[in-house]
Amino acid sequence: MSEQLPSESQPTHPRGHAPENQPAHPRGHVVSWKVYLAVFLVLCALTVITVQVAGHDFGPFNLVVALGVAITKATLVVLYFMHARYSEKLTHVVIASSLAFFVILVFLLLADYLSRPWPLVAAG
Amino acid sequence: MSELAAHASAAHHPALQHQFTNLEQQREASSLGMWVFIAQEVLFFGGLFATYTVYRFLYPEAFSVGSHHLSFKIGFFNTLVLIASSLTMAMGVYSAASGKKNRVAGFILATILLGSVFLGVKYFEYGEKIRPCFGDGTHTGCLVPGHRFDASALHLEGDSAGHVQIFFSLYFGMTGLHALHMIIGIPILLLIAWWSWQGRYSPEYHTPVELVGLYWHFVDIVWIFLFPLLYLIGSH
Amino acid sequence: MSREPRSLPAEHYLKAGWDLKSWLLTTDHKRIGLLYLVSITLMFAIGSLYAGIVRFNLLVPDGSQMSAEAYNKAFTGHGVVMVFFFLIPSIPATLGNFLIPLMIGAKDLAFPRINLLSWYIYLVGAALTMWALLTGGLETGWTFYTPYSTVFAESNVELAAIGIFVAGFSSILTGLNFIVTIHKMRAPGLSWFRLPLFVWAHYATSIIQVLGTPVIAITILLVALERIFHFGFFDPNRGGDPILFQHLFWFYSHPAVYIMILPSMGVISEIVTCFSRKRIFGYSFIAMSSLAIAAIGFLVWAHHLFVSGMAVYAAMVFSALSFLVAVPSAIKTFNWTATLYRGSVKWDTPMIYVFCFIGLFLIGGLTGLFLASLGVDVHLTDTYFVVAHFHYIMVGGAIMGYLGGLHFWWPKITGRQYVEAWGKVSSLLVFVGFNLTFFPQFVLGYLGMPRRYHAYPEEFQILNVLSTAGATILGFGYLFPFSYLTHSVFRGEPAGDNPWGAKGLEWTTQSPPTTHNFDEVPVVTEEPYDYASPPKEAARV
Repeated sequence: MSEQLPSESQPTHPRGHAPENQPAHPRGHVVSWKVYLAVFLVLCALTVITVQVAGHDFGPFNLVVALGVAITKATLVVLYFMHARYSEKLTHVVIASSLAFFVILVFLLLADYLSRPWPLVAAG
Repeated sequence: MSELAAHASAAHHPALQHQFTNLEQQREASSLGMWVFIAQEVLFFGGLFATYTVYRFLYPEAFSVGSHHLSFKIGFFNTLVLIASSLTMAMGVYSAASGKKNRVAGFILATILLGSVFLGVKYFEYGEKIRPCFGDGTHTGCLVPGHRFDASALHLEGDSAGHVQIFFSLYFGMTGLHALHMIIGIPILLLIAWWSWQGRYSPEYHTPVELVGLYWHFVDIVWIFLFPLLYLIGSH
Repeated sequence: MSREPRSLPAEHYLKAGWDLKSWLLTTDHKRIGLLYLVSITLMFAIGSLYAGIVRFNLLVPDGSQMSAEAYNKAFTGHGVVMVFFFLIPSIPATLGNFLIPLMIGAKDLAFPRINLLSWYIYLVGAALTMWALLTGGLETGWTFYTPYSTVFAESNVELAAIGIFVAGFSSILTGLNFIVTIHKMRAPGLSWFRLPLFVWAHYATSIIQVLGTPVIAITILLVALERIFHFGFFDPNRGGDPILFQHLFWFYSHPAVYIMILPSMGVISEIVTCFSRKRIFGYSFIAMSSLAIAAIGFLVWAHHLFVSGMAVYAAMVFSALSFLVAVPSAIKTFNWTATLYRGSVKWDTPMIYVFCFIGLFLIGGLTGLFLASLGVDVHLTDTYFVVAHFHYIMVGGAIMGYLGGLHFWWPKITGRQYVEAWGKVSSLLVFVGFNLTFFPQFVLGYLGMPRRYHAYPEEFQILNVLSTAGATILGFGYLFPFSYLTHSVFRGEPAGDNPWGAKGLEWTTQSPPTTHNFDEVPVVTEEPYDYASPPKEAARV
């Protein structure tokens, strides 16, 4: 984008020149419907898997497996149905920030609940 | 089309709002706005998920018992229905973007239909747990937290009887809030379907379809987490 | 600047329509900023009345002026109104709305209709909450702690909770609008590191508004659900943990205090550089510190719960993080001070408020470190030391910045100048009144007087009387700007485009600006605060 002053009315992209303002793909890019169908089928399969897996006992890993499948499904929806894969970097930053602060909330909350039973040690 | 002519036609597009210079800037701003709104929703539901995390950590057995009393088959069916509605929504956006105007309204209506099936199932599911709470008598089988809650139906007593009420508080709170988001979304989808049927959208301008799609997919994602966390605790 | 008599421009945004509809259905960010100004001034007056009732009761130690319950309703009303309906919206909704598009060379915010919607949502929230406060009141404290608020309180908890819930969405929408506007609508040449620091401050504030407010929204909803439907989230009888409520509440309410202070810091940055006639010291450090305050501010909330029964080891972590969050604020304070060094300082009213801010914020910030120290906090928590600490930040910091900003941009907003002598007199009254009100409270807290108590030991009376005297002076101090600023709208001297000779795109427009702000999209070629070169001429209509 040139730094020249516009000589007549308005330039076509009169915004700041920061790279984040450029989308990753030009607006004309349309994802094929076959991708959506494929994602849908994978999502259904993962749903079946998560129910099946719930029938087995992995002990403490039950939650890990269940969350792992759910996160995979959610990632597919975000990347493909919500087009995040083809969106500008700023969209990724927004998604990541919301997740980061949610994780901070849970993590620091658990820090309290997990350490409550720890014994107190008197000084000296 | 020359750049100047393309610019001229875009600049006079009826959907271009006065504060924007061109449709592309408007589309990017609108999309960013919806993503920021979704980020806010992540933290809104996030508070509930954080509460869930704490109490599941504290009361694993009560949560397991409570979860067993939910029908995972109904939850499974509803999950598939909602994923299908996300597919139809994505197809609606695709049709608008690729100029297949006459299909947009159809796909959106399919989304609404599937969403309504989901809500209908939820109504039935809630009814089972709420109906026993009314009338005088023992309220056998009432699973609404509060003084009418029937813990004996779950074979629980003492502390666990209280803890399982927290599970059901979260069940109704989380799925209820989720259902509320769908109830709000459906009339908006209807409006967008109506406008698409009137031919408002084109490959050049279909931002409202994209935005409502983003919202709907987010609601789907919340359910993707709710299903295993509420319905599939402990082995079956 | 010439000496000829000036006149107001022929066309400007205030003249674009005179009827009620042109105001109530406006999408012009400048008019919406004024709508907010009127509403939050009203809420500030209500919050001040509550403060007056509190200070009146505390004139005598035996609590004989009113019942304990009435007193509890008074301090709760003061807190709820001041926090949610004055401090949180204040600068962003008034000055932010007005100035951000002007500062970045845009015609309006990204979503003007959502901007108007946010004002109506604010009004609905305020109406619901005032209805709750006036018909029965609320006595839980603005912090709504459970299980008192969920089980035992017999007041209008649900109604007030819904009012605050609604007001939260006003805040979220404002933040959303600012984030999108700042990303997508900057003029050509206006890269991030050429933005005014006022814009950086509001960007950081908006991030907090968007990510933090939903958590208190859901928490309030849970309280309402528990009260209405008897769900058991925080009920100890069923295994619920009241401390969890405190965690969720403060996860927002701590970052909320940064929503209150960051915009004010942005104002200070703008004024200090203009009235020192010198480029601000450490521009990028101040910009990055704003973001750091927003981010680290989310990591410290449990310092409000140190004595609640939470785990001591977790408390230690939060204590360390609370010390860390002071660092970016300190960086900013050093940089403002360094800007003054070898500057050519002009003592107009906005600059007086800057000096008030720097000194009082320093005291408020340092006393925060006392409270962040676990051992010291055991003695000081829930005493008047805490009350003094946060009033030094909220009033000594945030409100001083707000007043400074109102005075600095008043000529741009109204096209007219206020009478400078009155500005100076009022700032003196506010400064003296403020310190007399709150410095004794540090001593009271140190001596052990608990907060939110209706009565107190007799030996504390003299300090309480001093505090109430100070509050009276402070009240007069606030009445003065209200009067002379309002008067200037009708009778003030036309100010001209740039009465202060300041840098920034907003000063290149006429005063008041036209509805569409700029006739041509401005192109930015200068670095910010380049006071070495002369200010640009305004483009005339």
